[in-house]
Amino acid sequence: MSDEPVDPKATVKKFFAEQIPHQRELGMEILDLGRGWASGQVPYREDLIGNPYTKVIHGGVVTSLLDSLGGVASASSAKFGSGLATLDLRIDYLRPSTPEQPVIGRVECFKVTRNVAFTRGIAHNGDENDPVASMSATYIFATARVAKEKSQ
Amino acid sequence: MTSLRERIAEAKGGNFEALPTLLPYARFLGLELSVVDDDLVGKMPFKPPLIGNPMLPALHGGAIGALLESTAVFKLLWSTETESLPKIINITIEYLRSGKPADVHAQAFITKHGRRVVNVRTEAWQTERDRPIAIAHSHFLLSD
Repeated sequence: MSDEPVDPKATVKKFFAEQIPHQRELGMEILDLGRGWASGQVPYREDLIGNPYTKVIHGGVVTSLLDSLGGVASASSAKFGSGLATLDLRIDYLRPSTPEQPVIGRVECFKVTRNVAFTRGIAHNGDENDPVASMSATYIFATARVAKEKSQ
Repeated sequence: MTSLRERIAEAKGGNFEALPTLLPYARFLGLELSVVDDDLVGKMPFKPPLIGNPMLPALHGGAIGALLESTAVFKLLWSTETESLPKIINITIEYLRSGKPADVHAQAFITKHGRRVVNVRTEAWQTERDRPIAIAHSHFLLSD
């Protein structure tokens, strides 16, 4: 036990990188976050390559990163703590990710309602003005349903 | 490195391992291919690193997305004359049910095959084929 104050950012970062098996397996981490947004990255690794001829990282890695960051951005927008699930996710692949470079993502939640969070984001290799992918996704909160079930 | 054309020929000859082992990330996920009723079916056998929500538990949406995208790529290599890896333009994934900690299967359908662009719909399911857990719509560029 200690009197050290809890750092909510550090707690979320640690949970994100260590407690979600698929994110841990990809080496995914949060770089920074605030209310309604999150940025993070997946380091370049040979076993994440999607095209062995060009050494470009697989699109599925970009999907995982942006889906995960969208979840954090949505959860941090909610006025209550809640689990959430992705409803739908669209990714436009704007250019191949540069080999040897990490995939960096940034997602913002631009609208949140009682049930749904709306997000948009991009992935890049270090320059936000030269994006690899653009993303748009919606998430549904679990809490509204849980509250209803409890009252029954 | 074995050429893509040789890998496709191997797969068409019945050695389905030839395609997933070509892509390091497909290998990472443990993807497998087989032919069921004359059509290619992708499979992502369950393993704990695919979990995205340890509380439920549920599979990570990104892993399901990667299976959907990869199965679409394999289907294009399998059924078209392309000699290069199709380039994905975009993908829209609808998550219909949470992915249970169990195997996921996927099947891709070419909805339109144009001269340069192909539209593909991919469905993923677990125990019941008619209760999909996710459906993806994607566009691929066949060659420049």
